[in-house]
Amino acid sequence: MSNRMKNIVVPLVAVLLGVLVGTIIMVATGYNAGSAFIALWNGAFGEIYYTGEVVRQVTPYILAGLAVAFAFRTGLFNIGVEGQLIVGWLAAVWVGVAFELPKFIHLPLAVLAAAAAGAMWAFIPGLLKAKFKVHEVIVTIMMNYVALHVTNYIIRTVLSEKSDRTEMIAESASLRSPFLEGLTDYSRLHWGILIALACVFIMWFLLEKTSKGYELRAVGFNQHASEYAGMSVSKNIILSMVISGAFAGLAGAMEALGTFGYAAIKGGFTGVGFDGIAVALLGGNGPIGIIFAALLFGSLKVGALNMPLEAGVPNELVDIIIALIVFFVAASYMIRIFIDRISKKGVK
Amino acid sequence: MGLMEILLIIIPSTLLWAAPLIFTGLGGNFSESSGVVNIGLEGLMVIGAFTAIVFNLTFVDVFGSMTPWVALLAAMVVGALLSILHAVASITFRADQVVSGVAINLLAIGAALFLVKFIYGKGQTDIIQKGFSKVDIPFLSDIPVIGKLFFSNTYYTSFVAIAVAFLAWFVMFKTPFGLRLRAVGEHPMAADTMGINVTRMRYIGVLISGALAGIGGGVYAQSISSDFGHATISGQGFMALAALIFGKWHPLGVMGAALFFGFAQSLSIIGSSLPFLENIPNVYLLIAPYVLTILALTGFIGRADAPKASGTPYIKGKR
Repeated sequence: MSNRMKNIVVPLVAVLLGVLVGTIIMVATGYNAGSAFIALWNGAFGEIYYTGEVVRQVTPYILAGLAVAFAFRTGLFNIGVEGQLIVGWLAAVWVGVAFELPKFIHLPLAVLAAAAAGAMWAFIPGLLKAKFKVHEVIVTIMMNYVALHVTNYIIRTVLSEKSDRTEMIAESASLRSPFLEGLTDYSRLHWGILIALACVFIMWFLLEKTSKGYELRAVGFNQHASEYAGMSVSKNIILSMVISGAFAGLAGAMEALGTFGYAAIKGGFTGVGFDGIAVALLGGNGPIGIIFAALLFGSLKVGALNMPLEAGVPNELVDIIIALIVFFVAASYMIRIFIDRISKKGVK
Repeated sequence: MGLMEILLIIIPSTLLWAAPLIFTGLGGNFSESSGVVNIGLEGLMVIGAFTAIVFNLTFVDVFGSMTPWVALLAAMVVGALLSILHAVASITFRADQVVSGVAINLLAIGAALFLVKFIYGKGQTDIIQKGFSKVDIPFLSDIPVIGKLFFSNTYYTSFVAIAVAFLAWFVMFKTPFGLRLRAVGEHPMAADTMGINVTRMRYIGVLISGALAGIGGGVYAQSISSDFGHATISGQGFMALAALIFGKWHPLGVMGAALFFGFAQSLSIIGSSLPFLENIPNVYLLIAPYVLTILALTGFIGRADAPKASGTPYIKGKR
């Protein structure tokens, strides 16, 4: 089997294994697996409202996936997407409530503020990695918690008077669309999906069609060779983190300007950033793969909410399945060996 | 409020918050010294907390006042079992260790909440009746001043944690086993040449990390939260990871860092009741552990370097 084929088959096998183990868990705990999966499907695609919600959920997933994948391609692991997302969320809301501007200025300004905030938050680990060789995984994890506490503090003291959430953003900064809402039976679907798809194109174009993208990928493949070829490894590391952070910040803008329209005190993380790791991994860090993976995880997450209502199965089952998929993709060495064995037998 | 009164509030509270961090941080130390990065500490703590609470609620009638301790053993076993998954993926199947750790975190919280709903039919468990409770430690609490400050109104678990830290130091630096463990984490090929079974040592390292993180979660659940829900463990595992780095991958350093982070955490909670802290926003105390860890890694507070082979799978015969 060719490598290209394998790159498609491995994620599919991982998804199947994840669903299989999920089914086994349901059977072992005495739940009806069949009705659970029907409820899952109905909860994602049974009505146009649910489908609208799926696309809404897919929007930040695509951007978070892009953020993780972009850093991956330069050989960096950005676990800090969650923190960059929270910071972007806050920045977008801040611009949204602080100004009164015509829509064609206000909305882009709020979106760009989110991207800039995310980029800035990712710049720090990028810089530390480039200048001090500090591992970006640890720094980004720590930055996640700093982001969580600092944004909570700002929401409580600067953006509100000791309240748990900010005011709603001005209409002129909102991504909401009565048209899309009407189309999907009043789901929270908003224009952000177009931004997300545009970013997929931007990532593809940047990495595959520009010389800068070539440099970024070269650094990801072999730092020493790139250095020898005259590329600046440290500059490329910082640039990669900044772009990755900008995507993450945009994911925050989707929640801020589209889904919620405000920012609230958070007791814990949104989880979107960590799911972004799953999206990027399953999507093989490629633009098309990310769209499909985001679609899968988005419909799983939204559909799961219907499972307790219709089948009496806790929706956390889907979280288990997602975790297992990540696990099986990570351990794909096992799947690849298995595929090799099967295809060798076929040749004989 | 006099200094003595302030210390009487701060010291027991620091010890209380530090205990789970010490256990979990030491666990991370065993795993990373053997060359396996363990981002999954958070998830292992989650499963430990879940196990301890469920065990405690179920068997409190059987074990009476010993329940929390037996529940800790259960948490230890289940933590070790879950860590096998991380070991298999990252050692045998050469998975990216960070990704595998992320999967452990996602899996643990998903599975724990799923089981809570399965067992109790609601999103959160009841509150346990027999947790770890405050005690005056016999004899030691009678020592003038020191006894009152350190050994009164405190928890046994904190002292067990400190004892385990010294034990871990002894095991890691004074026994052949510890030498082998560290050798495997620094230079697995050299260790392999000397006849050390790299795979086995790494499996043991990861298993110990699972066991200790399970205990850490159990201690947290039974002395601080008293029940289990989606937010019971929120970031404790990552803070233990921070303690591991801030403590420079050395058991006693980890213990010191964990005590310091416990101090920062308890200040952020009780700070508003202390006269000199009421005007300082507690956000500084909340982010202190994380900022300090970043500074330590950068080299501003003495450079912290990870074990050399940490994070790379060992493939025999590959140069």
